[in-house]
Amino acid sequence: AKRSRMTIKFVLMVNKQGQTRLAQYFGEFLSIKEREALENEVIRKCLKRSENLCSFVEHRMYKLIYRRYASLFFIVGVDGSYNNELSVLEFIHNMVETLDKYFKNVCELDIMFNIEKAHFILEEMVMNGEIVEGNKSNVLAPVLLLDKMGNA
Amino acid sequence: HMSSTLSVCKGIVVCSMLGLLDYTAEQREMLDPRSKKGLLAEQVRQPNPIRLRDLIRQIRSAKTAAEERSVVNKECASIRLTFREEDSVWRCRNVAKLLYIHMLGYPAHFGQMECLKLIASPRFTDKRIGYLGAMLLLDERQDVHLLITNSLKNDLKSPTQFVQGLALCTLAAIASPEMSRDLADEVERLLKSSNAYIRKKAAICAVRICAKVPELMEMFLPATRNLLTEKNHGVLITGVTLITSMCVQSPDTLEHFKKTVGNLVRILKNLVMAGYSPEHDVQGVSDPFLQIKVLRLLRILGRQDSQASETMNDILAQVATNTEATKNVGNAILYETVLSIMDIQSETGLRVLAVNILGRFLLNVDKNIKYVALHTLLKVVHQDNQAVQRHRTTILECLKDADITIRRRAMELCFALINPSNVRTMMKELITFLEKSETEFKAVCSSKCVTAAEQFAPNIRWHVETLLKVIIAAGNNVPDDVVACIIQLIAESGEAEQRYAVEELWQRLTVAPLDVQPLLQVATWVCGEFAHLLNTGETLRVSETEVVEVYQRLLWSSLCTSVTKQYAITSSMKLATRMPQATALVAKMVSAYGSHLDVELQQRGLEYTQLFTRFDSLRGPLLERMPPFERSRLRVSQEAAAATAAAAGGGAPIANGVQEHSNNSVSNASTVNNNESNALLDLLGGMDEQSTKPTSKLNDNATISNNDPVTAAGVPKIPGMNADILDLLGGFDTGHPTVSKAAIGDTGGTAATTVNGASNNILDGLLNNTNNYNTTTLTNNAINTNSSLINSTQPTTLTNTGDYGKLTAYERHGVRLVLSFERQESLSIITLVATNSSSAAITDFLFQAAVPKSLQLQLLTPSSTSLAPSASLTQLIRVNNPNKAAIRMKVRLSWSADGVPVQDQCEVNNFPTALWQY
Repeated sequence: AKRSRMTIKFVLMVNKQGQTRLAQYFGEFLSIKEREALENEVIRKCLKRSENLCSFVEHRMYKLIYRRYASLFFIVGVDGSYNNELSVLEFIHNMVETLDKYFKNVCELDIMFNIEKAHFILEEMVMNGEIVEGNKSNVLAPVLLLDKMGNA
Repeated sequence: HMSSTLSVCKGIVVCSMLGLLDYTAEQREMLDPRSKKGLLAEQVRQPNPIRLRDLIRQIRSAKTAAEERSVVNKECASIRLTFREEDSVWRCRNVAKLLYIHMLGYPAHFGQMECLKLIASPRFTDKRIGYLGAMLLLDERQDVHLLITNSLKNDLKSPTQFVQGLALCTLAAIASPEMSRDLADEVERLLKSSNAYIRKKAAICAVRICAKVPELMEMFLPATRNLLTEKNHGVLITGVTLITSMCVQSPDTLEHFKKTVGNLVRILKNLVMAGYSPEHDVQGVSDPFLQIKVLRLLRILGRQDSQASETMNDILAQVATNTEATKNVGNAILYETVLSIMDIQSETGLRVLAVNILGRFLLNVDKNIKYVALHTLLKVVHQDNQAVQRHRTTILECLKDADITIRRRAMELCFALINPSNVRTMMKELITFLEKSETEFKAVCSSKCVTAAEQFAPNIRWHVETLLKVIIAAGNNVPDDVVACIIQLIAESGEAEQRYAVEELWQRLTVAPLDVQPLLQVATWVCGEFAHLLNTGETLRVSETEVVEVYQRLLWSSLCTSVTKQYAITSSMKLATRMPQATALVAKMVSAYGSHLDVELQQRGLEYTQLFTRFDSLRGPLLERMPPFERSRLRVSQEAAAATAAAAGGGAPIANGVQEHSNNSVSNASTVNNNESNALLDLLGGMDEQSTKPTSKLNDNATISNNDPVTAAGVPKIPGMNADILDLLGGFDTGHPTVSKAAIGDTGGTAATTVNGASNNILDGLLNNTNNYNTTTLTNNAINTNSSLINSTQPTTLTNTGDYGKLTAYERHGVRLVLSFERQESLSIITLVATNSSSAAITDFLFQAAVPKSLQLQLLTPSSTSLAPSASLTQLIRVNNPNKAAIRMKVRLSWSADGVPVQDQCEVNNFPTALWQY
């Protein structure tokens, strides 16, 4: 029972071609090799699934919850013993809406060219794999404020 | 165009690196790469680093992977160069680029120190990138941690909330036990901050700290309780997360927080009752994330606590009835509610409500909801089987779903639903599923079919029929123990069933494709053992020549594996004794194997030929009908046995005993062999000089000589084998999932059946290297002793038991594999010991391996497929390496940890070279 109960193990944003656009891991330290192998498998497994299948894939000790928005797949890995996949799906949607609100009609290129911004937004939503804030405005308030300060 | 201000700014840069200097506005401007003022027209030493944006463009325009690599390598080289120049102007930009490069999967850890320098910078934008870099790039290097701890400490004290926020965020992501101890005080202080933005982040930090250093939990308790009186939802959700993780970690804390049930119920009630509030709205529901977190905590607090359960009954009913199920968000809450209702001591009415919700989920067209329903019903099925049975038809439908994830869940649930009254229909559906399913399902599905049939078979005839259907449907993807189970079942059943099996299998044998091994193995075993039924039946009349023809087809086919041919040869030997007219044909067929390339087959060919010539008188008794098996073949009963053992605190010792034993047997193998040969020598006094030559050589070295063959081979005479170990082994073996391997051979039917079984394997030679201990409990059964004879006339003197050391081949996800070695000529015998170092119960452990083409690999049945925490299992691996090639092995592992499937693979390249360089 000493195992960490952290909800989210990783967040990946991947395009249709399987290229990673954002990757954030929580809690576990993975070497580059392990990470690459994991990402390759995860991406392959999720991308090959057709649209009308469910959004969950069991992979090693992870459960993958993914959702596709236009050309971008959002994949969240949670501990295999975690059991509210629907809430993770809701979290993904919340994350995408937040990004959309920030970037105004977010697209793959927005995230790619502003990867640090995307990370900052994610930081306000998730810490150490746990949800910190679910409300879009609350998430974006500090980010927008800091943007303003940075530009000034 | 800009140029750098290197030399002039150097002093300032160094200071800023150490965080010593506060900048004036002017200086800051000077350092800002975007600034056009204050730049000196000094000669540029190298071109300015490109922007991240431009790097991304360059990488995107790369047409091949090689091109991309060269762009990245070039950029990394230039970043390294800039780092070396201590030029802080571009540090931020360079680190940002490194983060991108890191994301692409290239090594970027050389940027760690630069991140630390950025963190120490007073500029917020630098700090922000620095901390982001720390979260992404930092590994477990202690020195870096030491350096960052100081910066974190300073920033946690910063007057600016955003700086504090950054530090908290980073600490929550990377805190090690040391950092946790150093910074816990600061975090506790911030948990009481007046600023909600800081409080919520501090709460998650505390989660990490308590997980890393449980002793520190105590100091957070008072501040944590206060978090539940918050208005701010961010603080509430993180507060609930913190309490949840504390409760999961420590039973004492769980007790402590029992008093918060009332608070939590109130929070949930407010959420459910609240009208629309834009601040908390997510898809039309008031903070679903918070609702889910609270529901989960209630579940943990209400588990096995009737009073707490009572307090939350009403609100759970309210959430279950009031939540709108039209959108995913509502279903997420309903799902969590159902889990809580089923887990606490809730009222019956509430449970019915919960199962009904799952029933509705199951009928939902949304695949996600369907999946969740199947997943949850599997948990509920043990508590309320009847309620789940009502949905059986729908669940069976899901076996045909297009989605593999759903099929997997449905299959597991179907097996859980089987009971004596529905076993016939369920099994029919499951066998149809097995036939059509993906390869990855077949092994586990066929294994479960066997277990279920065992448990619920209405009669033996049905049982036999079902197992035959399973083995036919599963093709080659049948675990070895299934083959053994079927053989054992048929051997135990009555003559009518045996006759049925012979008729059925004979038909199959004549037409079966030769590349499906398990069926052929069962068929040859049965047709050999019960050959007398082949031509005495009313419907079945097979002539001797027909039989031999079929066997020849099989034996000469290149599609059959060596193991199948081993079955077939032994089977043909039995045929010869049961159908006397076939004797000459069989003798001819068998003798041809005396020169077979495969050593196993060659050995059998030679040995059995001896039985036709010199030891013809032994042939009859040796190949007699097998007496019925005495041991349980049921995995279920073994699991029960293992559980009992574990409950008695004996789980680990048993496993250790076995491990110890296998080590022992390696080191003592030669002694045991001596002993064995010695005993056999005595036994076969009449054997002529030439054929006993290898044995008598051994005899010279033998330390023990005894005139009584039975006691010579008995336990007390074997050095290094004490009775305790044997006892442990015996105890372990009763819990052996695949003991029925022994079914292939003969069973003495005495108290020592376990080990006896192993020795009988030698008769068929399938497992003849397990004979390290098989002589230890030889009973006074002439057949047994003789069977060992055949084996020991092989030159066991060549056994090399030199110490090759041990090799830890794999250590991840709570499973450790340790290999130890032994070699007999070109044959390496590898003992695999798998240990469960996690706290989860491991089941369905499956070890698969592949070796280069020049080697031959044989995996013997493991001692178990389930591992309690800290228990071990052993499996023998035989690698035949006639070409003395370097041994390499690709390993694939799969198991379920607490029901969660895990798969992994690795490559083992560091085998001791002495295994092939001799």
